[in-house]
Amino acid sequence: MDVIVDRRQQPKGKNLGNRQRFVRRAREQIRGAIRENLKNRGITDAERGETVSIPRDDVHEPRFVPDPRAGRREHVLPGNREFVEGDRIARPEGGGGGSGAEGSPEGEGEDAFTFQLSRDEFLDLFFEDLELPDLVKTRVASQTSTVRQRAGFTTDGPPVRMNLERTMRHSMARRVALRRPTQTAIEALEHELEQLRSGAITPADGRSAATRIAEIEDQLARARERRTRVPFIDPIDLRYSFFDSVPRPVTQAVMFCLMDVSASMDEDMKDLAKRFFMLLHLFLVRQYERVEVVFIRHTQQAEEVDEETFFHDRLTGGTIVSSAFEEMLRIVKDRFPIEDWNLYLAQASDGDDWREDLPRCVELLDQRVLPICQYGAYVEVARNSAVGQDPLAGNPSALWKAYDAIADRHAHFARRSIARPADIYPVFRDLFHRAGIES
Amino acid sequence: MSTETLPPKERSGTPLFTSGDWTLKDLEAIHDAVTEVGVGELGLELYRNRIEVISSEQMLDAYASLGLPHMYRHWSFGKHFAHQEMLYRKGQTSLALEMIVNSNPSVCYLMEENNATAQTTVLAHAAMGHNHFFRNNQTFQEWTDADTILDYAEFVRNYVARCEDEYGQKAVERTLDAAHALQEQGIDRLSPAHRRTVEEEHQRVLERRRYQRETELELWRVVAHHEPPTGPGDTDDEALQRSLTLPEENLLLFLEKQAPNLKPWQRELLRIVRTLSTYFEPQRQTKMMNEGCACWCHFTIMSRLREQGRLTDGAMLEFMHLHSSVVAQPPFDHRGFSGINPYALGFAICQDIERICNEPDEEDREWFPDFAGNGAPLATLKRAWSDFRDESFVRQFLSPRVIRDFRLFRLDDDPGAEYLTVGAIHDERGYRRVRSALAAQYDPGESRPLIEVTDADLRGSRELRIRHTVRRGRTLDALEARRTLRHLGFLWGYPVVLDEVDETSGKTVATHREDPA
Repeated sequence: MDVIVDRRQQPKGKNLGNRQRFVRRAREQIRGAIRENLKNRGITDAERGETVSIPRDDVHEPRFVPDPRAGRREHVLPGNREFVEGDRIARPEGGGGGSGAEGSPEGEGEDAFTFQLSRDEFLDLFFEDLELPDLVKTRVASQTSTVRQRAGFTTDGPPVRMNLERTMRHSMARRVALRRPTQTAIEALEHELEQLRSGAITPADGRSAATRIAEIEDQLARARERRTRVPFIDPIDLRYSFFDSVPRPVTQAVMFCLMDVSASMDEDMKDLAKRFFMLLHLFLVRQYERVEVVFIRHTQQAEEVDEETFFHDRLTGGTIVSSAFEEMLRIVKDRFPIEDWNLYLAQASDGDDWREDLPRCVELLDQRVLPICQYGAYVEVARNSAVGQDPLAGNPSALWKAYDAIADRHAHFARRSIARPADIYPVFRDLFHRAGIES
Repeated sequence: MSTETLPPKERSGTPLFTSGDWTLKDLEAIHDAVTEVGVGELGLELYRNRIEVISSEQMLDAYASLGLPHMYRHWSFGKHFAHQEMLYRKGQTSLALEMIVNSNPSVCYLMEENNATAQTTVLAHAAMGHNHFFRNNQTFQEWTDADTILDYAEFVRNYVARCEDEYGQKAVERTLDAAHALQEQGIDRLSPAHRRTVEEEHQRVLERRRYQRETELELWRVVAHHEPPTGPGDTDDEALQRSLTLPEENLLLFLEKQAPNLKPWQRELLRIVRTLSTYFEPQRQTKMMNEGCACWCHFTIMSRLREQGRLTDGAMLEFMHLHSSVVAQPPFDHRGFSGINPYALGFAICQDIERICNEPDEEDREWFPDFAGNGAPLATLKRAWSDFRDESFVRQFLSPRVIRDFRLFRLDDDPGAEYLTVGAIHDERGYRRVRSALAAQYDPGESRPLIEVTDADLRGSRELRIRHTVRRGRTLDALEARRTLRHLGFLWGYPVVLDEVDETSGKTVATHREDPA
C-alpha cells in the first residue's frame, strides 16, 4: 500500500552543515568579496545580509569537458521561422560555438558564483576581519528596556485586568440579541398588574380584568424566567485588557561623522575610516531605537553631505578642522535638540591641520562639542607606511598633540590611531569600555 | 497488440476538491482517484509510493542532496544549495513542484505550497508517470537497484561521517573533491558491476580493514626477523600490466583498484562516488523520455478525472495553465530559451505516438509502418518507455509532424568557417537529418569525451597515461583538463599524462602533464 507522510514538522536545514562547509571553504574569497563590497555599501547597510559574488576558482568543480570553441559540431534548435537549408548566419558575439544549446549540465558558465549570505554569516565575516570577538552581539542584544503597552483585549486574564467597559458592551449586545427583558419593562407590567388588581384601571379593549390579569401574570412569569436564563453578565462577555512588552523607544541617537577629505586622505584611509563608522553605527543601531547619521566633510570649509559624496567625492584644499565642529554645532542647534538626542562624534583625519586653527579647534571640542556628546572618538588614520608604528612613539601629528589636554580632561573622549582593519576594533572597544559598558 | 477499450465517458462523480486548500485526508482521496485511473485504467506498473509532504526549505534540501533522503556531507552540495536558495528567494526561479526518488518504495515529495490542483497533477506526474518509468525502463533496470539504494545512501552517509571522525574532515574532503572531478569517468558503462547488498557492503568494508591490519602485521614480522622482503620480480611486470586490463574507460574503478598509495578508506570513497554516479546515469540518459512519460500520464489522468466529473471547471483551467507552462518551448531566439525543453519534446512525442496509433495519415504510415493505426496507443507507449533511452527514442519516434511543430532546424558549426550554416530544416529533405542530429545530441557516447587509461608504469616512474580520443576536432577545454588532471594526480600519487589523440589520424594533438607535489 502507498503511504502519505507529513514531514513538514521534521527538521529542515538538513543542508546547513553542507552550507557551512561551503562558506568555510570559500571563506577567503567571501572575505575578499565583502571587502570589495564595503566600498559600495552604505554605513547604514551594515546589518543587512548580502549577495556576494566570488570568483569560481576555489569552489569550482572541474571536469573533463569539451572545449566549446574547438571542433565541428551540430546543434538542433527549435523555432525556425525564416531559415532555409544552406543559409549562413553570422556567429553570435562572444563565439561559444552557436547557441550553446549543449552547455554543461549544471549550466555553469565562466561568470562568478553568486549567492546570498545571511545577515549572521555576513556579520561573522565582517567582524572576523575586524578581529572582533562575539561580544558586541551578545552585549548589545540584552540592552533595551521594555515598556508595557496596551495591545487590545483578550477573553482571558487576571481579574485586576478586567476591562469593564468592553465587558459591558458585550453583555449589552448579548442581552439585546437574546431579548432579555429589561427591568423597566417588568416594572411596567408589575405596575399595571397592581392597578388592575386594585381596580384602578380596566383593560381598554373591553376584556375582563381577570383575563388581562392572567395574561400579565403569564407574561411576567416568562419574563422573570427569561431574565434568569439570560444572565446580566455571562462569562463569555468578559474582556480583559491585554498588555504587550514593547521595547521602549527610549532614545534616539545621532552620529556625526567628521572627516577631513583634503587630498592627503587617500582611498585606503577613507576605507578604514568608513569601516570604523560602520562599526560604530552597528553598535548604535542595536543600542537605540532610532539612529541618524550626519556626514560632515571639511577642507578649509565644512559642509554636510550625503554618504556617497562623503566617501567618494574628491575635493582638495587646505585644512581647517574647526570648521567641521562649527558645522556640527549648527546642525545640532537646527535639528537635534540635545535634550532629545544622544550625540556621538566620530572624527577621522590624518591629523593635519592648519597651525593657526589648532587652538580654536581644541577650544571648540573642549568647551562646546564634548560637553553635549555621549562619546567622542578621534580616529587618526595612519598612512600605510606607518603600519605597526605607535603614533605616540613616532612623530605625533599636530592635531594629536593638540588633543592631549582634552583626552586628559574628558573621560568620554578617546583617540586612537589606526593603520589597518585589525586596529579598528580595539579602538572601538576602548571607546566603549571607558563608557563603563563591560566588554 | 490488442486493441484497448477505455470505460465509457461518464461525468457523474463528485469533485475531489472545490477549493485550492487540501488536508492530508484530501490528499488520500486524490491519490486514490489518481491511482484508480493510473493503475486501474492505464495499467501502469508501479513501485510502492511513499508520498512525503514537505516544506519549501525541505525541498531545497532535497535538491541539494540530489533527491536522495540521505547524502554524505560535502561543501559542493552546500554550494548548490546556496545558489538555488538565492535564485529561489530572489524569485528568479521557482522550485520544481515535485521530486521523486528512483527507489523501491519510491519516495515522492509534495510541496506544501502547492494547491490541490497542483498536488493532483504532481501525483499523476510523479507517483504514476515517473514511477512507472523507473520501474519499467530498461536502462534503469540494468543500471540501478531500486531496492537497495535508500539503504545504500544511508550506509554511505554514515560511512563518510565515520571517515571524517577518523581521518579528519579535510582529508575526506580532499579525496571526495578529486573523486567528484572524475565522476563522469566513473560510470560502469559496459557491465554494471554486481551490486552488493548493504550487508555484503559492510562485510566487504570489514574485510578490507582486516586485510589492512594483516599487512601491517606482516610488515612487523618481516622487519622483526630481518627476512629479505619477497616481492614480485621484474619478470612479473608483463603479467601485472595485463592484469590491469588496459585500456580502462572507468578511471575511478582503475584508481580504486590500482592507485599505489591510497588508503583503504579512500578506495572505498572512490567506490561510493562511482556507485552513485552510476546510479544517476540512467536519469541523465532518459531525462527527456522520462519527463515525456510523466507529462503524458498527468495529462491523460487529469483529463480522465475531468471526464469522471472529479475535477471542477476551475481546477481544470488551473491545470491547463500549469500544464502549458511546463511544456512550453520558447524558440531559440527567445530570451527565455535554454535549450530544448525535455518536458515539451517528451510530451509532444508521446502525444504524437498516441495520435499515430489512433488516427494516422499517409506520412505516418510511411514513417512508422510497424505501429501506425494499430489502435493500441497505450501498449505502444509502454513499449517505447521500457525499451529506449533518449537517443534511441528520438531515432525511433520523432516524427516529421513534431519536427514541424517545433520548427526544428540543424545549425552546423565549423570553427574554420566564418559563418554558421543551416544544415537542415523542417522539410522533406531535412527530417531525417534533423532527427539524427538531435539523437546524436542525446547520445552520451557522442556528447561526452572518451577518456581511457592506456598505460601505467607500476615499477619504474609510476607514471599514469590516459588518452582522450578526439573526434571531429573536439579537444578538451585545456584549463579544465589541467584542473581535473590535478585531482587525478592527487589520487594516483605520481605523474599523470593526458594525451589527446585524433581519432582518424592517430596524431597526438595535445598533451597535458601533472606532477603531484
